[in-house]
Amino acid sequence: MPEPLLPHVLAFVTMLALNAYVVLGGADFGAGVWDLLARGPRKDVQREAIAHGIGPIWEANHVWIILVVVLLFTCFPAVYAYLSVALHVPLVLMLFGIVLRGSAFTFRAYDSTNSPVQKWWGRIFSIASTVTPVVLGMSVGAIVSGAIVTPPDATFTARFLTPWLSPFAIAVGGLTLAVFAFLAAVYLTVEAETHDLQEDFRRNALGAAVIVGACALATLITGRETVSKLTDTLLTHTLAIPLQIITGVAALSAIAALVTRRYRIARAAAVVPVSAIVWGWALAQFPWMVPGVHSVTSAAAPAVTQRLVAYGLAAGAVLVVPSLWVLFSVFKSDTMSAFERVDTAEYRATDTPPKERS
Amino acid sequence: MAMSLAFHIIFAVMGIGMPLLMVLAERQWLRTRQPVWLDLAKRWSKGTAILFAVGAVSGTVLSFELGLLWPTFMEYAGPIIGMPFSLEGIAFFTEAIFLGVYLYGWTKLSARAHWWAGVAVAVSGTVSGIFVVFANAWMNSPTGFTLVDGKPVALDPIAAMLNPAALPQALHMTLAAFATTGIAVAGIHAWMLRKDRSSPFHRAALAVALWIAVPASLLQIVSGDLSAKFVAKTQPVKLAALEGHFKTERGATLRIGGIPNERTRETPYAIEIPKALSFLAFADFDAEVKGLEAFPESDWPPVAVVHIAFQIMVGLGSLMALASLWVVVLWIRKRAPADSRPLLGFLALLTPAGFIAVEAGWVVTEVGRQPWIIQGVMRTADAVTPMPGLVVPFLAFTALYIFLGVIVAWLLWAQIIRTRPA
Ligand code: HDD
Ligand code: HEM
Ligand code: HEM
Repeated sequence: MPEPLLPHVLAFVTMLALNAYVVLGGADFGAGVWDLLARGPRKDVQREAIAHGIGPIWEANHVWIILVVVLLFTCFPAVYAYLSVALHVPLVLMLFGIVLRGSAFTFRAYDSTNSPVQKWWGRIFSIASTVTPVVLGMSVGAIVSGAIVTPPDATFTARFLTPWLSPFAIAVGGLTLAVFAFLAAVYLTVEAETHDLQEDFRRNALGAAVIVGACALATLITGRETVSKLTDTLLTHTLAIPLQIITGVAALSAIAALVTRRYRIARAAAVVPVSAIVWGWALAQFPWMVPGVHSVTSAAAPAVTQRLVAYGLAAGAVLVVPSLWVLFSVFKSDTMSAFERVDTAEYRATDTPPKERS
Repeated sequence: MAMSLAFHIIFAVMGIGMPLLMVLAERQWLRTRQPVWLDLAKRWSKGTAILFAVGAVSGTVLSFELGLLWPTFMEYAGPIIGMPFSLEGIAFFTEAIFLGVYLYGWTKLSARAHWWAGVAVAVSGTVSGIFVVFANAWMNSPTGFTLVDGKPVALDPIAAMLNPAALPQALHMTLAAFATTGIAVAGIHAWMLRKDRSSPFHRAALAVALWIAVPASLLQIVSGDLSAKFVAKTQPVKLAALEGHFKTERGATLRIGGIPNERTRETPYAIEIPKALSFLAFADFDAEVKGLEAFPESDWPPVAVVHIAFQIMVGLGSLMALASLWVVVLWIRKRAPADSRPLLGFLALLTPAGFIAVEAGWVVTEVGRQPWIIQGVMRTADAVTPMPGLVVPFLAFTALYIFLGVIVAWLLWAQIIRTRPA
């Protein structure tokens, strides 16, 4: 294998893991947004549907971000180190969000007292789910705009705050949140039990789609001023046109499927434009990982490490892919509703036929 | 970082031990079909769920914090020890997936498949713990690279992962996880049994917990001795600090207790056992054991901290082993441990012992390695981030962790231990 190929493969796999995090883990955050925004006569039912939808899977979905981090520090240690310093503040904020989101969700699930305390867990879970994606998006915005590249003698504010607080970064933060919320609402339409609930989530999904559009526009406007290269690449790169056509067609099909209530199709179609945003970012920045500082090849770890990680990933995929398939086929098939599932589990817990006690 | 680790390690230890307990209980249920076992398996799986979630999020904090606090270290060490971390990531994946299947799949899977999902959780949890410890062991005995002008070249990540410290440390840590969880669970149920000796639920729980606690606590002594012999060979400064041993001597004295004084270079108030240190460290009563004075003072770790932490770990380990021996004697005499009131009291007292020993053990390893972050290669002071004002996130995370710790303890108590089915 010619040497320069491997870093590109590993960078590709890292992006793939990030893509998986966005479409799977992102939707778990988005679900928290709908928990926060639950309104109307069915708000408790909505919240329950959300809890049952993400309960079994959020931890597995969460591991994708760990995989991204581990790949980054093993294969591109210089990039990991650079980003850790430059984005210290938003990353710490994001970690707070991740910790609060995960623990509050679990505490709520296992605190069966139905006390006001439980409401507070719900509140913490949903607020953390809303703030975290914004900060994640702002960090990405700071990277892609190249704003994180600052001279080491810059002031504290210029070095650690301004890069991720630019209008562009904020727009990307809003876009991230809107996209996650959109995905979650679309997935929830498929999982909803009743027609009413489906209608609720359908309305949410369509609303989120409008906001995604607005945020996308905002990133283009703010982005044109600060990072002309981003928009340039997205308009001129050979892959850019097909990418944009696919994105456009898929986005329109997702909306059309929602409008016509074909939820399964909407779910399949919604993943495409979201992934396209991730890959659009990768393409816009390529070959740079930190614009102008570290490229895929210049930041790569020594070849031995890359080769071993590639083997490790291959072996890991053999283990993880079938396991993931089991997880999703057990919980995301439609043979039994989430509610029945949990009810029967409780039933079985307490009412198992007692054979004679000894 | 040390704060996050100290917090994470509690959950990691339970994350290794609890799935095993839960799987054993479910196996008893499958065999005997006595409802008490199912009840036990369900409660333990709820406990596992809470502990795992907090373990997972605090672990995520760690994977970022390595970079947030030690960017230079990671830039240097990432390619060398990324291997165990990558494999650990795969183990996490498997664990998180099968935990989801296990927790939510009671009625969706056949009983047998469900049990195997639990086994997958237990195995991958243990394996992930082992891989992290491999990475940590590398910091104690760095291998798998050559230094040229202060830069690592000729990397061999496999050799780095399988560094000489890896095996003794991973063995010791894994046993610690089982011993700690086993003793803690046994202690809680022993305490409940003191009030209601006949409760079949607590009797069953105590029995399973002791199956794990007893062998692990007894083996822990052997494994600890192995670790100490290893440290004696590869990190003589650390050994001298562990033992509060300042002067190089043959037939060196073992000191139990005492408070090392770096200025006077003595460890007063200790119980001294002549020649025992030489024997424990090198299996020879007359072997020479290097004292701290044989090394420049700039290479000393904080001696008192390390020595006292070591005494705490060994002391608690000895108590845990004593309790285990007691159980073994009862087993041999065919008496149920649940019927011995003094043993129940002893076990109840030991509930937190394992956790304290684990924290103390990590202080021994980590502070004992100071001033090095990578033994003999990179100093801790050179690895730290240029970020100012670190005290802010430190205090914030500390407050968050204390808060979470209290909540978890309360939930486990109120929702799982205290409630009894009607
Ligand atoms: C239940 C917990 C527990 C118990 C009872 C013991 N240990 Fe331990 N010890 C640990 C938990 C632990 C640990 C937290 O797991 C450490 C920290 C790093 C490691 O790998 O294991 C450790 C480290 C550690 C080290 C340092 C290894 C290094 O720096 O590489 C030594 C020398 C010992 N232990 C020796 C002992 C001895 C002689 C014990 C006799 C009773 C003992 N430990 C009981
Ligand atoms: C419960 C487990 C652990 C605890 C309580 C712990 C605690 C500590 C302490 C007290 C120090 C010394 C701080 C100082 O004197 O400046 C330290 C150093 C360090 N440890 Fe750990 N450690 C643990 C496990 C680990 C593991 C598993 C790793 C890596 C895989 C690790 C990585 C480091 C690093 C990089 C340092 C150097 C920076 C520092 O001094 O904090 N530690 N740790
Ligand atoms: C001190 C030694 C450590 C041990 C024994 C250990 C062990 C474990 C175990 C058993 C788990 C499974 C979660 C659970 O059951 O609670 C876990 C979770 C985790 N640990 Fe650690 N860990 C250690 C230190 C570290 C360090 C230094 C890192 C950072 C690189 C780390 C990163 C993680 C992550 C990211 C998770 C979450 C994985 C998931 O979501 O499934 N751990 N750890």
